[in-house]
Amino acid sequence: MLNLTSIQKDFPILEVEAHPGVPLVYLDNAATSQKPVQVIEAMDVYYREYNANVHRGIHRLSEEATEAYESARERIARFINAPDPATVIFTRNTTEAINLVAWSWGRTNLKPGDEILLTEMEHHSNIVPWQLLAEEKGVKVRYIPFLDNGILDLTNLSDLLTERTKIFAFTAMSNVFGTINPTKKLVAAARAVGAITVVDAAQSVPHLPVDVQDLDCDFLAFSGHKMCGPTGIGILYGKRALLEKMPPFLSGGDMIRRVTLEGSSWNDLPWKFEAGTPSIAEGIGLGAAVDYLSTVGMDAIHAHEQFITDYALEALSEVKDMQFLGPPVAQRGGVVSFNLTGLHPHDISQVLDQDGIAIRAGHHCAMPLHQRLCILASARASFYLYTRPEDIDRLVTSLHRVRKVFRL
Amino acid sequence: MEDSIYREQIIDLYENPLNFGRLDPADFIYEEDNPLCGDVIEISVRLDEQNRVEDVNWQGHGCAISQASASLLTEEIKGKTLDEVKAFSKEQLLDLLGIQLSMTRVKCALLSLKVLKAGAYGMPDPDELRKAL
Repeated sequence: MLNLTSIQKDFPILEVEAHPGVPLVYLDNAATSQKPVQVIEAMDVYYREYNANVHRGIHRLSEEATEAYESARERIARFINAPDPATVIFTRNTTEAINLVAWSWGRTNLKPGDEILLTEMEHHSNIVPWQLLAEEKGVKVRYIPFLDNGILDLTNLSDLLTERTKIFAFTAMSNVFGTINPTKKLVAAARAVGAITVVDAAQSVPHLPVDVQDLDCDFLAFSGHKMCGPTGIGILYGKRALLEKMPPFLSGGDMIRRVTLEGSSWNDLPWKFEAGTPSIAEGIGLGAAVDYLSTVGMDAIHAHEQFITDYALEALSEVKDMQFLGPPVAQRGGVVSFNLTGLHPHDISQVLDQDGIAIRAGHHCAMPLHQRLCILASARASFYLYTRPEDIDRLVTSLHRVRKVFRL
Repeated sequence: MEDSIYREQIIDLYENPLNFGRLDPADFIYEEDNPLCGDVIEISVRLDEQNRVEDVNWQGHGCAISQASASLLTEEIKGKTLDEVKAFSKEQLLDLLGIQLSMTRVKCALLSLKVLKAGAYGMPDPDELRKAL
């Protein structure tokens, strides 16, 4: 069990009032998480005490900054059990990491007749880069459907995942349903037909223990800001043999070995993919975030979120006209999306905000998912290690008020 | 906290919209959606011989703000000339709504005006429409 009182104290924003006299209940963690003081301080100390550019200066500050930045990479590598820090590339976010693979691996390796396989529950960031690539290379994009309860329908997997499939990209955990997909099994199925796998782990790495060697995936992408870290920093993990053969994505400083007026040669991994001055403070901040999460323990965080999700599904089902999206609690992470019959999710969210409760309303960057369900939008409450049962109680109370405001 | 955004009239209009439906025949019909929230509004307008709005209808679905705004706007422009419709400003519509809206909700409130103006201008190119708004 987590010590919620002590965890709450680590997050200064949880003390802030949403409106004068109204305490904040933050239930929008699938969009971005709050930051513990340990992360905020690590970035603050960098700016106050050793701010300098990395990988260049022969002076004390630069050496200290380089050491802190590269040490963060090593700790992040350990956090996902990557075999080697060189396989952990700093990007801006999950979206940029997926674009890197599409641009660099995809453009080099795809030819007409090939196929890219996705699922119908993907976030736009794991659809659009592949659609652009498909258009450019003349390849086809196919989709694995999902069942009404938000679980992937794998009955026809062997018709969709074939020798023609070159890339299989899918989410490890749905940002709308919360469904935890069978990543290891899907990776093995892709391996059997010779497709490479790209795992969108934006929702899984912050909430579940993730071991890239155990999953055996080729690429895995996630964002720092959803896991107690800052915005502007994300990770692409890739297998070394693949990364070695890939051309650079962005180009410029730091990613080169030698530049002449006739041409250039590329730096070693991981810097080949890190052009320009990187997000140094953010890298250091993400290092502090994985230290924080490791200290609390990812198994404990996952168990706590299962408890809170179970509690929420039970408590929310008291609200009249409640329609849940997604699977039973055993197959989902800390996300509960729902609709109240007759109300637009924006109106729900607006009234909840008056009570200090922050949720997300809309399509959550998953328009195809909502189209498939024939709904316009949904409301989403998403949890994290600091979410308390009393936060859920306040959500329920406020939802009763929403119905009253709209005379339901 | 007071439900300032959802004042009585807004909820009334959400429950019982004014001018709801589609005019047939109409001089122009235009529809647009706000993909961010899935709000859809279609406006149909009939003009008289002096190019005044003889009648106007709207239909669609979405949040209370976008729906109430469409009712208020269609009610307000009856009898106005086409030029007056083209000149109708954002501020005028927000004044009609009479509520404080955040940046994201302003888009909901203004969807009906965007649709009306696109129709009034004969669905011009997006640049022209942006200037008009």
